[in-house]
Amino acid sequence: MPRATQAVLFAAFALAAESACAQEASKNDGPKSYAVVGDAIPAPLNGMRGDPVRGQAIVANRQNTCLLCHSAPFGDERFQGNLAPDLKGTGARWSEGQLRLRMVDASRLNPATIMPPYYKVDGLTGVGAAWRGKPILMAEQIEDVVAYLATLRD
Amino acid sequence: MNGAAITRALSAGALAISFTIIAASAAEMAPGERKSGYDFMTRDTQGMQDDDTVNPGMLWVLDGEALWNRKAGTAGKACADCHVDARTSMKGVAARYPAFDAARGRPLNLEQRVNLCRSERQQASVFRYESRELLALTAFIGRQSRGAVVEPPSDERLKPFIAAGREMFMQRQGQLNLSCANCHDDNWSKKLAGAVIPQAHPTGYPLYRLEWQGLGSLQRRLRNCLVGMRANAYDFGAPEYVDLELYLMTRARGMPVETPAVRP
Repeated sequence: MPRATQAVLFAAFALAAESACAQEASKNDGPKSYAVVGDAIPAPLNGMRGDPVRGQAIVANRQNTCLLCHSAPFGDERFQGNLAPDLKGTGARWSEGQLRLRMVDASRLNPATIMPPYYKVDGLTGVGAAWRGKPILMAEQIEDVVAYLATLRD
Repeated sequence: MNGAAITRALSAGALAISFTIIAASAAEMAPGERKSGYDFMTRDTQGMQDDDTVNPGMLWVLDGEALWNRKAGTAGKACADCHVDARTSMKGVAARYPAFDAARGRPLNLEQRVNLCRSERQQASVFRYESRELLALTAFIGRQSRGAVVEPPSDERLKPFIAAGREMFMQRQGQLNLSCANCHDDNWSKKLAGAVIPQAHPTGYPLYRLEWQGLGSLQRRLRNCLVGMRANAYDFGAPEYVDLELYLMTRARGMPVETPAVRP
């Protein structure tokens, strides 16, 4: 298949996948409920373990904002932030449940944190129309990132 | 000193240090540690701002000078017909804006003041925000204050608006739940992705941003930040922006005006 055709097919597929995702998101609007135990959310938000490969891709995608503040052990460090700890070794410092709560709503542990709440829609002020009522990441994405961070043991 | 006493002394010390850190991050910036965005730039970009023959903002300044002298509106008047030579009449003016407007009962920024002259004195149509004309005139007027220090009017009537602007600066907002202060008071000089976070002193507007490949107003920059925080961006000219602009100018009091500045 010529490369151009491949690219067009790929783009069409990507669009279709995107609209499928959008429908998915509108079906389960708000965050699912979860149980906090101590400083952790022990159970996966959607009842399923995440995929660390997808998790790395989510962290690498600038739209998801992780690398604005954190640096990660891949890619070009010049374009990664240093407002927050390096993600290297995260999996050795925290359990999956601890990582999950820190992503979902780190302000539960430290009200002064600048870590955005990735799975929260209530109690926010002046959210732009395009983002209102939606968490930054979906439950599945949180689980993928938790699974990826858990692999960062060195 | 026994072991327990040492532990107590150490933890008291640690407590004192952590209190100091908390106090430092919550307090406003001491005048001595204030830096212009200019100070965080590479020498190349600084050179581009410093040399009028390569500063791209000077193209707008020249356009602004032409507009200053051109008659407009049904009154058939040019800015120069009332204000004569901008080099003297406009010196220091941009350093004192936003200023209180008694007729409207609230502060106006320089763009709004220019447009009021357009509609009321020249009886001409107002310039659209971020239009070439409005940027050119404000760049030309701002240029006359280059080197003058930011000196917001000590006008009692401005106080509630400064307070409203400060509240907006401190308010966490948007899907990312960040305040302006989280970055610009507490984390300036650190890197947000590849870019160094400045202290948010609006000393050079309108300014030429390499990222924009063009000149833009402070409100354009404020909108960029708000959209980055995934927060409500107000319409250009909204009172919320003018209040914030006013607070930022009081925060930058005493710093030199750089208009037209260059930023990365």
